[in-house]
Amino acid sequence: MTGTERIRNAFSKDRPAFMPYTVLGYPTRQASLETVQILVQAGADLLELGIPFSDPLADGPTIQAATQKSLENGTTLKDCLAMTRELRQQGIDTPALLMGYVNPMLAYGLEQFVADAAAAGVDGLIVPDLPPEEAGELESACIAHGLALVFLLAPTSTPERIKQVAKKAQGFIYLVSLTGVTGARNTLSSGLSDFVARVREQTDTPLAVGFGIGAGEQARAVAKLADGVIVGSALVKQAAESMENVRVLATELREALR
Amino acid sequence: MTATLPTIKGKFGPYGGQFVPETLMPALAELEEAYETAKADLDFQARFEHLLKTYVGRPTPLTYAGRLTKHLGGAKIYIKREDLAHTGAHKINNALGQALLAQRMGKQRIVAETGAGQHGVGSATACALLGLECIVYMGDVDIARQRPNVFRMQLAGTEVRPVSSGSRTLKDAINEAIRDWVTNVETTHYLLGSVLGPHPYPTMVRDFQSVIGREARAQILEAEGRLPDLLIACVGGGSNAIGLFHSFIEDQGVEMLGVEAGGSGIQSGRHAARFAPPPANGETGVEAKLGVLHGTKSYVLQTPDGQIAETHSISAGLDYPSVGPEHAWLRDQERAGYTYATDDEALAGVKILSEMEGIIPALESAHAVAEVVKRAPAMPKDSIIIVNLSGRGDKDLDTIMRELGTGVS
Repeated sequence: MTGTERIRNAFSKDRPAFMPYTVLGYPTRQASLETVQILVQAGADLLELGIPFSDPLADGPTIQAATQKSLENGTTLKDCLAMTRELRQQGIDTPALLMGYVNPMLAYGLEQFVADAAAAGVDGLIVPDLPPEEAGELESACIAHGLALVFLLAPTSTPERIKQVAKKAQGFIYLVSLTGVTGARNTLSSGLSDFVARVREQTDTPLAVGFGIGAGEQARAVAKLADGVIVGSALVKQAAESMENVRVLATELREALR
Repeated sequence: MTATLPTIKGKFGPYGGQFVPETLMPALAELEEAYETAKADLDFQARFEHLLKTYVGRPTPLTYAGRLTKHLGGAKIYIKREDLAHTGAHKINNALGQALLAQRMGKQRIVAETGAGQHGVGSATACALLGLECIVYMGDVDIARQRPNVFRMQLAGTEVRPVSSGSRTLKDAINEAIRDWVTNVETTHYLLGSVLGPHPYPTMVRDFQSVIGREARAQILEAEGRLPDLLIACVGGGSNAIGLFHSFIEDQGVEMLGVEAGGSGIQSGRHAARFAPPPANGETGVEAKLGVLHGTKSYVLQTPDGQIAETHSISAGLDYPSVGPEHAWLRDQERAGYTYATDDEALAGVKILSEMEGIIPALESAHAVAEVVKRAPAMPKDSIIIVNLSGRGDKDLDTIMRELGTGVS
């Protein structure tokens, strides 16, 4: 089975997929691997493993600080692949995507990176600063290795852009719930249901919503609209506190998605 | 060789492009369309030119540097006086152009970044003139070393927001400005200050700055009856250099030279010279490679792992790890050359221009002056150099007095 197929299967259950995000190498290398274990035990359907970058311009303060700390811990892109391999060796079979900015991938070499990622057990990639127009080379490499390159759509996306992404979509489409950077918010964006509906008209590909979702109540509301719910900053914040806190929030989120 | 680049989607050969979050892609398309329409609109152009003349004080003079020429004993040196533009630097040209465009697009809120503070002051000034709200992001480190410019922005009614992430300089200020733009994209125009960032910025900023070269070309033809042999300008992002070069690109006899910040020297690893060859024997752990920063593909100083490097320059305006994509392309085409001047050479440039001509250059522009000092003596006496004096040095007096040890006690 290819990575893309494994990702698609994660959406075949009779409930929305729970898709937690965590930063590799944060708060420490070991703790980030334990965090993933806990997320899987709590019922994660799909994992998003964050690659740290020095200039994360799509991220809010929580993920900025976490990725900065991870870099200070010495985390490199190569380590991120090694950590994914370790997780697979530990028996974690949950489909996993790496999420990170394009420059470290360019420095690694796009072809080589995708080949090594596939070999490490990665199923897909999310690259927030790589819109479809610029993605050609990475897209070809991903297709060759069976990895899903997941594109994002935003509330500002025009009908033409939605159509374009719908046509290229692999695995799922990542809907950014709001105009802004990552980070938990108190309320959901009021235009979200219209936005999801506009994309739904154009595609049968599963739609996962992320950015701004921090608590069970919001997750429940998003679950009524989408096929997957992505939670990042809120979990990253708990990872700084304790593993137990991560477990409590992940369980709350997972249970909200019944 | 043609001057009509970029071709498709803002590409200068392999450089440029639009590497931004999806949220911003429609805004870039809207901006591109608005800019293309404005460019073809004679009323818009007339208003821009009118303000350049009656508000900015253009054309800025082309000054013959007689004593410096004699002292160096070679090429005739002419100085393009962007330091005499309102607010004291070339940055106002672009700030005013984009502020007019934002107003035309119905965007009442402007965000901008600034390093040396000259673009921040330019933006604050243009916004005051046009009645727009203005927020400028500026790194903590730059706020400390460019204090007078912070006050100037605040006086013009701009909110200066300190940035304390990363290296706390220009790069981090741009990150924060982009985050603000992503959040407020529907009401806000991002007034980017150099030939950087996603398309259409590198082209649009070049066009707004190209008035420098258009004037210089006409002025040198009037003064000397012929084109210059060599153009010299400092290059941070590269807007003053592109502004000077653009009108001469098709004049093959005119050599063009950009001067980057050599900081404490290339060996030290503390510099911002993206085009400098890495030291033969030194392993600094930092290398300029093809990369993506702030929405554009160009040469980027980075670690082997692809993390953006922290740069160093005595001049805040040149202290940036990437360079405008058009410069990378001009270099590949061998149409422009690039070199660097160290902090010490730039300080010597401040001193010599102040003593010989009574003109105190900004530390950024002093890098270009340093290259004049190196190049002019070996050139024939009837050859001509135009050096772009992109800004005046008032903002740098604290640094200059401290470094040159001539502060009053």
